[in-house]
Amino acid sequence: MKEIPEYEKDLASIRTIMERSVKFISLSGISGVLAGIYAILGAVAAYFIVHYPISLLNQRVYSINDFETLSQLTLIAIVVLIASLVTGFWFSSRKAKKYNEKLWNATSKKLFINLSIPLITGGLFILILLYTGHFGVAAPASLVFYGLALIQGSANMFDEIRYLGISEIILGLVSALVPGYGLIFWVIGFGILHIVYGTIMHNKYDR
Amino acid sequence: MKNLFENLDRVLEHRARLQIMSVLVTNDSYDFNSLKELLGSTDGHLASHMKALEKEKYVSITKSFVDRKPNTKYKATAKGINSFKKHLDALEALVKQQK
Repeated sequence: MKEIPEYEKDLASIRTIMERSVKFISLSGISGVLAGIYAILGAVAAYFIVHYPISLLNQRVYSINDFETLSQLTLIAIVVLIASLVTGFWFSSRKAKKYNEKLWNATSKKLFINLSIPLITGGLFILILLYTGHFGVAAPASLVFYGLALIQGSANMFDEIRYLGISEIILGLVSALVPGYGLIFWVIGFGILHIVYGTIMHNKYDR
Repeated sequence: MKNLFENLDRVLEHRARLQIMSVLVTNDSYDFNSLKELLGSTDGHLASHMKALEKEKYVSITKSFVDRKPNTKYKATAKGINSFKKHLDALEALVKQQK
């Protein structure tokens, strides 16, 4: 028979173990903020390619269909994506080291699979949209699928990610209603929301 | 007071076993090496506790090979989940009574 304080310790110890066995705690808030900044820089570059010298607030009625512009935009998107992934990976492995954990553990594997399914589905779906000439709904679709992926993965991440996912989905749906403003919604969804949530997570978990 | 102590599960009185069960109750399944990493335990230590839980039929085991290395996966059984919950309730009741 143990003493009562020992039982209290039992309860406390399983609480942290349960949390750590489910949540991928190495995810870094700073990398979210940086990903948001990359997205805004990418959007600025895209703006100068597509809209310039028209104002951002004027609705763009024609769609992009010349090969050169499309390939430039694709290049920007790929650079932003790779920069975000590399940053996320670097900061998370640093945080994992700090907590004496492995970056690639049972939880992050589960998270990776859960995120991959909606992200790859969304990526292929958007490629099909672009291929069939539905340029207007490509940006909304990316926001919606990204939001669904976040909600799918949120079980293995911090609780805030779920709200980020819901925000992205709402933004994507609104964006689909007002075609032609895709770039602005992109800046809000991938830029501003990442910076806001990244800051919240950094202040709450990384201190 | 005596009654409350009787509700405790004698198998789960070991903190390590309680921690193992808590991981298996919150996750569908967990493999030996990940469990070892998470608990900061050694091979022998974890193996002996797993054997005890297995003997009570609190966990079920599937053995397979991943990249030619043996991979042992554990799942909590219905009996294990029930016992874990009962033990937790008993712990909470004890701690509450103390206050």
